[in-house]
Amino acid sequence: MNSKKPDFFNYHEQDVKYIKVGKRDLFSNPDADEARGFFRTKSRQMVDKTTTVKEAVAKYIHDGDYFASGGFGSNRIPAAILHEIVRQKKKDLGFAGHTSTHDMQILIAGKCINRCDAAYIVGLEARGLSKISRRAFENGEIQSTEWSNATLAWRFKAAAMGLSFLPARSLLGTDTITHSAAVEMPCPFTGKKYAAVPALYPDVAAIHVHSSDIYGNCQVKGIAVSDFDLARATKNLIITTEKIIHNDEIRRAPHNTVIPYYLVDAVIEVPYGAYPSNMAYEYFTDEDHLMAWLKAEKDEEEFKAFLEYNIYNCQDHWEYLEANGGLARLSELRAQENLTARKP
Amino acid sequence: MSEYNGMELMICLAARYLEDDGIVVVGTGAPCAAAMLAQKTRAPRLMIMFEAGGVGPQLPAMPVSVGDSRTYYQGLVATSMPDIMEACQRGMVDYTFLGGAQIDMYGNINSTHIGDYEKPKVRFPGSGGANDLASLCWKTMMITPQDKTRFTNDLDFITSPGYLNGKGAREKAGLPPGCGPYKIITNLAIMGFDEETCRMQVESIHPGVSREQIIENTGFELLWADQIYESDPPSDEELEILRNAVDPRRYIIGRS
Repeated sequence: MNSKKPDFFNYHEQDVKYIKVGKRDLFSNPDADEARGFFRTKSRQMVDKTTTVKEAVAKYIHDGDYFASGGFGSNRIPAAILHEIVRQKKKDLGFAGHTSTHDMQILIAGKCINRCDAAYIVGLEARGLSKISRRAFENGEIQSTEWSNATLAWRFKAAAMGLSFLPARSLLGTDTITHSAAVEMPCPFTGKKYAAVPALYPDVAAIHVHSSDIYGNCQVKGIAVSDFDLARATKNLIITTEKIIHNDEIRRAPHNTVIPYYLVDAVIEVPYGAYPSNMAYEYFTDEDHLMAWLKAEKDEEEFKAFLEYNIYNCQDHWEYLEANGGLARLSELRAQENLTARKP
Repeated sequence: MSEYNGMELMICLAARYLEDDGIVVVGTGAPCAAAMLAQKTRAPRLMIMFEAGGVGPQLPAMPVSVGDSRTYYQGLVATSMPDIMEACQRGMVDYTFLGGAQIDMYGNINSTHIGDYEKPKVRFPGSGGANDLASLCWKTMMITPQDKTRFTNDLDFITSPGYLNGKGAREKAGLPPGCGPYKIITNLAIMGFDEETCRMQVESIHPGVSREQIIENTGFELLWADQIYESDPPSDEELEILRNAVDPRRYIIGRS
């Protein structure tokens, strides 16, 4: 009979050491106890958190804060909040450039960001590059530290888990890691090399959802992207929602609750709140508007007028929607999303 | 034999490398078209994933974003980015396609910037998911036009790992063993990587293209496989499906 126990503790490769390969700045504190100190004081009260976009941005987003946006750049972004950040002229924000496209384009147009964890920035995927966003990085107006989509997602996950880092198997061997703030480390069990990525606890995040009750219990349809972890990682969380539903509806289907109330500080009902981005099962991206935005960026005067028209001269998201075709346009985007559009 | 353009050729050739019962993570554009074509021809059970969380869609149209709702239209799962990336890290994803501004002879890719980091001449999006996919998927492919500025050993930044600086370098860096660049499909040729040196090697030349043309459009010295084939051009069936069922609005094949 073979009684020899298998030796899984195979830490023989002593050549793997802790090396701070990432030479760039870390823009937020990864310390789990600092975060616990904050979360200890966060309200557990299940109370009515409904407010307005204006008040939520004024109350929870401060100059210098580290901010993260939910969704995926041109999909389910909290557009109403982003526009209000620009209108209130918030300054020196840190930003999680996690699959960021139009969300970041809005904040850069308002000159709101001065530092950025960069996984995907300055582009709008197949639509092309944003000239204004590119220039902000090329001129050094925005300081950056490189990551990848997965490692930035795992930085949120580490924070959501209440940790200060997670090990990852990407980044290694590239310039992306030397321009990050990651550390090479040995696995304590196998001795293999990992990239340790620091937890990212944003000061404040905004996420747009399909439905929420007045307390902030939220339902999201379609892909979650990184919002499950982001909602848990962030210290303060602003929710905009297509509609406010009764708490009974949440309780009838608790398996649909992606974000529970105790993570949430503010709830605002903003129908079409992700416009001009894509809201799954509701409305498709306004591709014409995004292309008009990219085009306007090419001429300084034209872009100034474009921002006046779309952001500064609009009191709120309703006026922005009206300025871009209102319900007629939104019903076209709904038809596009649901593939019920009639042939022209 | 039908006429075809360069983009149609690249998509058809790329599609042939995707095998049934495999899993591929794709972005928008040509890779997505290649995966859809593979599904509708020789690999009907190929599973398509998008890094933002879409799994197994029955794509009604070309997605414009890797996170738009087309990427899980009538799909199997609408999950999350970490879920997809963790599947890659577990070793469950067979293929991926990457793009970039520059590629060197080891298949390293730059999609971050031209110039230096502090004040880049041109800033690009950066890694996105590319570094992760290149690190963690078993076989990495690229569909790209071939020219001297793009195929160069003077990379301003290694965003995503190819074979780094040669055999064993990925493993030494700590990347999972057994994966890396697989095929580079261009408008001129198909290139693989030499097993011993991990350098880019021409395997197949497209009809009507000369060796000189390939050399002229490459900024580094290419290796040449012992036996070099002429690429098998798209069949009428492939072209018919690509044009009518994959990209009827010519979003991608119209770019050539």
